[in-house]
Amino acid sequence: MLWVDKYRPKTLDKVLIHEEIAQNLKKLVTEQDCPHLLFYGPSGSGKKTLIMALLRQIFGASADKVKVENKNWKVDAGTRTIDVELTTMSSTHHVELSPSDAGFQDRYVVQEIIKEMAKNRPIDTKGKKGFKVLVLNEVDKLSREAQHSLRRTMEKYSSSCRLILCCNSSSKVTEAIRSRCLNMRINAPTEGEIAKVLEFIGKKEGLQLPSGFSDRIAQQSNRSLRRAILSFETCRVQQYPFTINQAIPPMDWEEYVSEIASSIFKEQSPKRLFEVRGKLYELLINCIPPEIILKRLLSELLKKLDMELKHEISHWAAYYEHRLRLGQKAIFHLEAFVAKFMSIYKGFLIETFG
Amino acid sequence: MAPLQSSQPWVEKYRPKQVKDVAHQDEVVRVLTNTLETTNCPHMLFYGPPGTGKTTTALAIAHQLYGPELYKSRVLELNASDDRGINVVRTKIKNFAAVAVGSARHGGYPCPPYKIIILDEADSMTEDAQNALRRTMETYSKVTRFFFICNYISRIIEPLASRCAKFRFKPLTEEIMNNRILYICNEEGINLDSEALTTLSSISQGDLRRAITYLQGAARLFGSSISSKDLISVSGVIPDDVVDALVSACKSGNFDMADKEVKNVIAEGYPASQMLSQLYDIIVESDDISDNQKARICKKFAEADKCLIDGADEYLQLLDASGNIIRAISNMP
Repeated sequence: MLWVDKYRPKTLDKVLIHEEIAQNLKKLVTEQDCPHLLFYGPSGSGKKTLIMALLRQIFGASADKVKVENKNWKVDAGTRTIDVELTTMSSTHHVELSPSDAGFQDRYVVQEIIKEMAKNRPIDTKGKKGFKVLVLNEVDKLSREAQHSLRRTMEKYSSSCRLILCCNSSSKVTEAIRSRCLNMRINAPTEGEIAKVLEFIGKKEGLQLPSGFSDRIAQQSNRSLRRAILSFETCRVQQYPFTINQAIPPMDWEEYVSEIASSIFKEQSPKRLFEVRGKLYELLINCIPPEIILKRLLSELLKKLDMELKHEISHWAAYYEHRLRLGQKAIFHLEAFVAKFMSIYKGFLIETFG
Repeated sequence: MAPLQSSQPWVEKYRPKQVKDVAHQDEVVRVLTNTLETTNCPHMLFYGPPGTGKTTTALAIAHQLYGPELYKSRVLELNASDDRGINVVRTKIKNFAAVAVGSARHGGYPCPPYKIIILDEADSMTEDAQNALRRTMETYSKVTRFFFICNYISRIIEPLASRCAKFRFKPLTEEIMNNRILYICNEEGINLDSEALTTLSSISQGDLRRAITYLQGAARLFGSSISSKDLISVSGVIPDDVVDALVSACKSGNFDMADKEVKNVIAEGYPASQMLSQLYDIIVESDDISDNQKARICKKFAEADKCLIDGADEYLQLLDASGNIIRAISNMP
């Protein structure tokens, strides 16, 4: 089992970071039934862990028995019926799914599944009517229509089911939904907190950590705990006992992007652009999301740039990322950004050095 | 408190039930109390910022006119989350509007001989749907009254607006909001100190519904005594020191420092759109930036906001916006 899963805190009492939030959540569910919740924060900050721990707090151990199902819905949409297929994870008490996987048909998924859940309400031991929990991932990727239909359904079925929404950026969730939920901001752990967790894992695994080693991993992790633990485990596999100067291997694709960046710096010509295109394709084929490539490329480029150019380059990065989001083919926009950068950089070189 | 009761949002629980209880909107209340006496009422168009009592007023007058028994058969309530395309206007609304009703008094309620159709959030209706309503409104004006509720009157097509009596709902003053909030605190047994009260009214910006929602969120999360810090964490407003750090990084003219602050903001999980609007407040009010520079910065903010709505990446947009602030402040091209 990967350490990431092995040391995922199982209950709200055992979390190492976000202790305050965990305590508040605990208070929330023990006192009375919980409202709809919206968790937002950057990836690797522990949203999912908190949600799972919360479910366990509400329903006890039975929330752990999860089965994965491939569900089919037949939705009657006026003139025709639509088939929607989606993978869900469910226990007796909760259902978890990412409705955005259904693409533009996400609206029907949201409406159907909540209705279906509301129909068969569980009854708890005291004979009272209980409620089910629906966990929706990546709400920020839902289409606008789906979000609008969600808000009505949320109110209508609020007696029989609770929604837990989970997303990266709350600005892409409409105000109407945000105002119906209790918003929980989950910030990324600080480097100190990450180091603390790494040391905790090291102790549990019985490893000798040289001083400052966990701090170095934490620094490289971009404040993502998941990444820190993964690279910690990689280090363990590569070389143990740890040495003080042991190199922490960066991610493959990141190394690849920095290669691209340095090759752009070396030469700015159509020929080089053609080479870069091949490399970008390579990254896209390996399922690295284009906006992440662009962001990484920007930060690699910014490292070596002159002050005056930084503004301009970051502006163009934002510009092409926006276009990328609106358009269909990611490679066009990535390449356009590279070409733009080359032309600006070349112009700058000619101006300064003649 | 019974568990079922507590799950009811306070916004619903403390919604005024009678027209005369609606605070601060004197003209509307006067016209509508008149309506209650004479049972005569024009088509109405309520507009104004969110949380000022538009929906409350419309629901209250409908309840007071018909009472609980007849309410279901006499009032049709449609809001943006219902399907409201042109088909619905042509079938559902038209069918409902066409039914004629009698005027027998019923259980002490006036029960005038017409029905009410409440179209909430009417500004999100398509133009086609609004056009389809025009004739319907006139044909059935004997038996049906329309109440339009919207935030922006400019989104309602002129022919519809001219058929209605228009009422603007004013933003609530701080005093009235505080009264209401304190009343709710009293009922729910919540301790709210004066500092938290000021914070609440400043983060909710005249929107009473938002203020009550925040209050309930904070009460659920933090128990019965609420400080201003709790309110800020529930509302999603970014604390001042985070915003100030970004602004001063921008003012220093150092791009790398600004970059570091932006990364920090994103890692802390603050939404970029909220950051933009709070930055905007600071930039507009600051004295050491010239009008020209302000205009330049604000133009960029507008662009970034549009991009964010299109789904662009938060980090890049915020970085671009702060890069622009640096350039504007140090008068770089």
